[in-house]
Amino acid sequence: MSLLTVTNLEKTYVSPEGSLSRIINVPHFEIDTGKQIALRGSSGTGKTTFLNLIAGILQADSGHIVVAGEEITALSESERDRLRAHYIGYIFQTFNLLAGYTALENVMLGMMFGTGMDTNFAQHLLERVGLGDRMQYRPSQLSVGQQQRVAVARAIANRPRLVLADEPTGNLDYHHANEAVTLIREICHENSAALLIVSHDSEVLGRFEEAKDFTQVNCV
Amino acid sequence: MKKQIGLFFIVQRSLRQHALSTLITTLSIALGTGLVIAVIAIRAQSVSAFTGGPIGFDAVLGARGSPLQLVLNAVFHLETSPGNIPWTMYQAVKNDPRVELAIPYALGDNYYGYRIVGTTTTLFTEFEYRKGVRFRTQGDGRLFDPDRQEAVLGSYAAQKLGLTVGDKFNPYHGLVFDESMRHDEQYIVVGVLEATNSPSDRVIWIPIEGIYRLDGHVLRGSGEEYVAQPGQEIPDAHKEVSAVMLKFRNPQIGFMMDATINKQGKVATLAWPIGAVMAGLFDKIGWINQILALVSYLVVLVAAGSILASIYNSINERRREFAILRSLGARRKTVFAVIVLEAASIAALGVLIGFIVYGAIFTSASAIVRAQTGIVLELLKFHPVFVVAPVCVILLGVVAGIVPALKAYQTDVATNLTPIS
Ligand SMILES: Nc1ncnc2c1ncn2[C@@H]1O[C@H](COP(=O)(O)OP(=O)(O)OP(=O)(O)O)[C@@H](O)[C@H]1O
Ligand SMILES: [Mg+2]
Repeated sequence: MSLLTVTNLEKTYVSPEGSLSRIINVPHFEIDTGKQIALRGSSGTGKTTFLNLIAGILQADSGHIVVAGEEITALSESERDRLRAHYIGYIFQTFNLLAGYTALENVMLGMMFGTGMDTNFAQHLLERVGLGDRMQYRPSQLSVGQQQRVAVARAIANRPRLVLADEPTGNLDYHHANEAVTLIREICHENSAALLIVSHDSEVLGRFEEAKDFTQVNCV
Repeated sequence: MKKQIGLFFIVQRSLRQHALSTLITTLSIALGTGLVIAVIAIRAQSVSAFTGGPIGFDAVLGARGSPLQLVLNAVFHLETSPGNIPWTMYQAVKNDPRVELAIPYALGDNYYGYRIVGTTTTLFTEFEYRKGVRFRTQGDGRLFDPDRQEAVLGSYAAQKLGLTVGDKFNPYHGLVFDESMRHDEQYIVVGVLEATNSPSDRVIWIPIEGIYRLDGHVLRGSGEEYVAQPGQEIPDAHKEVSAVMLKFRNPQIGFMMDATINKQGKVATLAWPIGAVMAGLFDKIGWINQILALVSYLVVLVAAGSILASIYNSINERRREFAILRSLGARRKTVFAVIVLEAASIAALGVLIGFIVYGAIFTSASAIVRAQTGIVLELLKFHPVFVVAPVCVILLGVVAGIVPALKAYQTDVATNLTPIS
């Protein structure tokens, strides 16, 4: 069954010079429930824009995005926020942890707007990513790899049906990148979440059964 | 409910992260709130204490002059004496069947600034300073013997002067202490009164006859000068009193005596009713209080402004934080609510500390009032401002939060998610 369906999606930016440049033009894209898909693309091709559209952070110019039966493109901003809070987990290239909060609290914030805060589950997730002994640490007190794992735990904390990962290994060396991707894949699998991961790192993406070039999806 | 806890969680973190500005804005709110409550509550309490407190008399009869001076002098033991009236006038009102109680005061001496008032024992045996409550001596003290050089001290005077039963002292001439004006006569303390929280606590009471006999005192009750001689009785005609404290059998008598003494008579003044005389004073000096109130309102406004400014300035550096929260599913209005709640929390915290500020201001103000007048103001006596001020200040905090909240509300998610922007 299809969890995410994208049809005829278009997004155009106004460049600083005032000209229009179409960044996204996706005729069709689909992810089935629980599936994992990797998109490979070079820098500036609109991968982040695409994920932001799916997450409802950006609004499309035209086309349709349906997540878990709800058409995001037809929703108001606050309804998109609600949908994101409940259905989507997002892992950023820069992790985007909140500096003023501990690892545990960062994970709790991932639940706050959706399923509600559940300390036990947050602790369980941190233990799962191997940070059982770092729960009270602030992001600044964690290594980059550890921060990344907090971000992974946070993305799954609201028990999402779809996890979006935007270049999640960009800040890690090869060995850790591999480890991180494995962790993301496992944790999505354990929690029955589908995964859409975008990257330009073909090494990391090579191990996905379903890996596509972003240019195949996005026909600009 | 869980959501609300979450909001408080975020607010609390953010207040902690901006601890210094939180502290400063909270303290300025506390100062403003404390000032507002203090100005209003102290004013209300002093008005009620000075116009209707434990005074116990209806009127004061004294020399022709200002009723206010008479009241301040005889009731509150402040100000100079407007002069004396003959003893015969005292006898006349005392024998007036409409008058329930008439007590003579003779003033003009002090001991280290604490006034010595000559009076009769009636003050202790018949006068009720509060309904059903008379002056009582503490412990093994007793009342003075009208024929001896004995004194009974108000509790505050005794405490401040360090005098107890058995101690001796020499009165000084005049209402203001002057080292060179020491009288030769020595008085012995025979009793200290229980505290009344009224101006009487600051008084040293001695027999009225004693005042007449202090060396150097000249009596002019009959118009000609007379100096009391030891061992000789003083003729009533020569005696004089500074004031006669009156209690009427019913209120209408005040009107009648007011007419005969103030409107038709020329020699004396009847200050009646005492509360109205004092209320007149407070009306006259009301502008001082208005200025104080205005200043305290301004402090609150400036404090609210500082909440607005400090949160507003923090919004730019926090845009990424808002964007991250939004990416986790927070709505625009959640971000808005966080900021408003933050401002309101600072205001609420400030209000709490404001009560401590109020306590501090009140305690020092009431110490001054007590030292000057003997009247004791009550810190915890309820006044509506205790509720109104906090509610208004917190509402003001909410209003101050709206401007920065709108700024936070407008934060765009996509452009603020990357660390560079
Ligand atoms: N707000 C904006 N206004 C105008 N142009 C924008 C805006 N945001 C992005 N772009 C442009 O859109 C293009 C795609 O940006 P996007 O961030 O989606 O690329 P990306 O594929 O994620 O690249 P990278 O791999 O480097 O992260 C870029 O050329 C960028 O300049
Ligand atoms: Mg990108």
